[in-house]
Amino acid sequence: MSIDATPANAHPSLHTRSANAAKRKRKDRMMTGLLIFCVTLVLIPIALILYQVVQRGIGAMSWEFLSKVQPFAQRREGGGYLNGLFGTLYLLVIAVTVAVPLGIATATFIVEYKDSKLSPVIRFFTDVMSGVPSIFIGLYIYALLVQGRIGFSIGFSTLAGGLALSLLMLPIVARASEEVLRLVPDDLRNAAFGLGARRWQVVTKTVLPAASSGLITGSMLAVGRAAGETAPLLLTALGAFVVTPALVNAPQSALPLLIYNEARGPFDAAHARAWAGALELMLLVLILTIVARAVNRNHDMEQ
Amino acid sequence: MTATDTTEGVAGRPSLAGTKSSADKWFRWLLTIAGTSVLVILATMMMFTVFDAWPVFRHEGWSFVFSSTWDPGVSRTEITGQYGALAFIVGTLLTSAIALVVAVPLSIGTALYLTHAAPRAIKNPLTYAVELLAAVPSVVYGLWGLLFFVPVVLRPIMDFVAGTLGSFIPFLGPPVVTYNYFAAGIVLAIMVLPIITAVTREVMSKTPASEIAAAYALGATRWEMMRFVVLHRARPGIIGATMLGLGRALGETIAVAMLVGGSKLIGHSIFLGGQSMAGIIAVTFQEAAPENVKALIGVGVVLFVITIIVNVAARGIVLLTGGHVTGDAAL
Amino acid sequence: MHDEQSTTRDTERGEMMTGETATARSAQPSARPTARLDAAVPGSATALEPAADVVMATRGMEVYYRDFRAIDPMDIDFSARQITALIGPSGCGKSTALRSLNRMNDLITGARVIGSVTYHGEDIYDNGIDPVEIRRRIGMVFQKPNPFPKSIFDNIAFGPRIAGFKGNMAELVEESLLKAALWDEVKDKLNESAFALSGGQQQRLCIARAIATSPDVLLMDEPCSALDPIATLRIEELMMELKENYSIIIVTHNMQQAARVSDMTAFFNVALNDRGQRTGHLVEFSPTDQLFTSPREKATEDYITGRFG
Repeated sequence: MSIDATPANAHPSLHTRSANAAKRKRKDRMMTGLLIFCVTLVLIPIALILYQVVQRGIGAMSWEFLSKVQPFAQRREGGGYLNGLFGTLYLLVIAVTVAVPLGIATATFIVEYKDSKLSPVIRFFTDVMSGVPSIFIGLYIYALLVQGRIGFSIGFSTLAGGLALSLLMLPIVARASEEVLRLVPDDLRNAAFGLGARRWQVVTKTVLPAASSGLITGSMLAVGRAAGETAPLLLTALGAFVVTPALVNAPQSALPLLIYNEARGPFDAAHARAWAGALELMLLVLILTIVARAVNRNHDMEQ
Repeated sequence: MTATDTTEGVAGRPSLAGTKSSADKWFRWLLTIAGTSVLVILATMMMFTVFDAWPVFRHEGWSFVFSSTWDPGVSRTEITGQYGALAFIVGTLLTSAIALVVAVPLSIGTALYLTHAAPRAIKNPLTYAVELLAAVPSVVYGLWGLLFFVPVVLRPIMDFVAGTLGSFIPFLGPPVVTYNYFAAGIVLAIMVLPIITAVTREVMSKTPASEIAAAYALGATRWEMMRFVVLHRARPGIIGATMLGLGRALGETIAVAMLVGGSKLIGHSIFLGGQSMAGIIAVTFQEAAPENVKALIGVGVVLFVITIIVNVAARGIVLLTGGHVTGDAAL
Repeated sequence: MHDEQSTTRDTERGEMMTGETATARSAQPSARPTARLDAAVPGSATALEPAADVVMATRGMEVYYRDFRAIDPMDIDFSARQITALIGPSGCGKSTALRSLNRMNDLITGARVIGSVTYHGEDIYDNGIDPVEIRRRIGMVFQKPNPFPKSIFDNIAFGPRIAGFKGNMAELVEESLLKAALWDEVKDKLNESAFALSGGQQQRLCIARAIATSPDVLLMDEPCSALDPIATLRIEELMMELKENYSIIIVTHNMQQAARVSDMTAFFNVALNDRGQRTGHLVEFSPTDQLFTSPREKATEDYITGRFG
């Protein structure tokens, strides 16, 4: 039986395409076109966002913007987001101080003690934690520390906001660090053990240094993500109009909070500041990302 | 070598017995505590929030999730308002559904193109460009949507659809307000695109080259190869990727809150305004009276439970089908 | 990955050459041998069918990967309903040559074919021809069995389905499996996964799958190298059966296999060319018996006696 019902000896020319083949060729071309259309559609938003944040942000950016705080009245022109910039950096410092050591330690446990029964459990729940909605993290810190379920309260404050961000960063740091630590070859560990090192020495003097550039990159990417978070801060840091150095019992401002509040209002002056704030925020994230990848590359080159 | 405890062993050499270093023990303890802190945090998350919200749960019973009457009271000591969160549950699910309906086909198409059709020279830059979408903070998406994308680009589309299809499908019909489920859903789609695309790409690139060669050798066109070999194998991974995207969409707060319109009612059309669970918390928290705060915490608990279930199932599926959620994609 | 239509080629339209080697296109020192069946060596044991049909032929076929010449110009006539073996040491280009016969090389970026490759007289690299058509008629079986993750039935039905076959698929599947000597073993489990079969069975499945599109030429790229000796023997027996209806061209690194099954053998060798690249070239193409008992070229003799390889 031949699949095209021609006698077995007949050999239609390769040039003559059957009707079916022509249809398939057309379909192939059409689908390729459709795929290209998909990709184009996906690229349009990113191009638009980048273009407009830069265009509108630069228009409103100025030295005043970087160095002054917000006007009390949104409809007033001028002023800047200094309070937000300061707040964001302050919050990130706290978040990093808590999340990075804790995240790397968690990852170290998962990888170096992977024979322990606890290791896969912790790994699973770290993953679960990365799916917790950011607003819920805010609710948790609010219930715990701002309201003071555990006996004392610190109120809406920098510390509360910083801790909320650290909870957000924790699973990201842990996951990224875990992947980096897994990449460290066992040969290295075996060599250290073979020389008589104890477990803690193997980990701290051999494995962690070998993974260091990857660990830094992972942490910085987590910081970049935390810098842009708004929801948890709404419930913990609350926002402030002035530069706030206090750690507890005084609400703190942050760039995303300012952008959020000023964008929602009806005032053009506020909108202009919001675009500039968005530009500032994205530049901050960009710098963090670039530094993160540069550290990685530098380290690899030195090796 | 510091011998912490040595005893005399055979022939006067220090015995190896008991040389397990206490430093090692402390080290392991330290790391174990760090690791279990995750478990403690998750457990207390559930506990404290449920505890705080309990009075409202008790007061409302099941109508907390089945009633759409949300009428907060102002008491500091007791529950006087009505708290039915159905409108927000619907809002969250609806905006996420719209997001997935738009994002999943686009992601599959993009991933297919990037893995099997893109010319080598532009493949990497394009992949990177798509991943850039994940680097934009949520509040910037909200700002851009609020002040440009929705009023300028989406509104005409909404008017058009409501005017044409909407005349016989009420779900897509008028009236149209500018900030609604649809607007939030579309921007949400843009936000979940990178993660669905990244995971799908990863799964598709694992299609064995030998099967691809077999398809071509049997006379398949490139599209036929993609459809019958690549897509077929990638199907379970795509499901996992979609669920990951769903998990992300459910938890997204700020962009949705800024674009969904802020109505406490359940709109009958996607072009009407609504509110999401995360959104109602974000928007009303700061002015809420203590009893209202408890109710909002209760809403958070419902959101938490739904999101956790979806995320766990998603990661399970992705892992079972040989995919891999990379650290970057998890960001 | 590729764009099939953009394979650039030198449009030297070959007229079919008769007789011995034409030297006009020869660029390198060694002679390009070619052979027609009517130039059989007298006294050889092979009873050749007089003036056997030629189903495919190459004239001056060279294969380049970007600048790198993988195969020097070669001329071969492949006879219908015979088995032609391509043998030679690693890197001699025999697999590349095979892949050029159904334009699978098109899928590799930078690959180009110069010269002509004809199928029933038509040049398969002609501009008007869709490779999809070619691959339906010239089937291929690969070194490592590569069934789809589908049922046995769906594997066989794949080719006919995409080609638009509207007839009785169950009959076609049964017929293909019968021809591949696999029907008895799988007739009760057509809906099971192809991966449940052993390696040898999977390879016969791949053969059945290739036959299902009614090709008249079968290309086999070291089809037994991933199989144990027993499975190998079955496939070789199958090949002898198949050659009644199909023209088979097989690449093998196993000389004894070539001696066992093939009617004609082409020996390829690899050498450093003047640019320091390893280029493959056709050394000798003769009836199998003759090549293995009294080869014409010294290199051939060295190879088959194991002096290198």
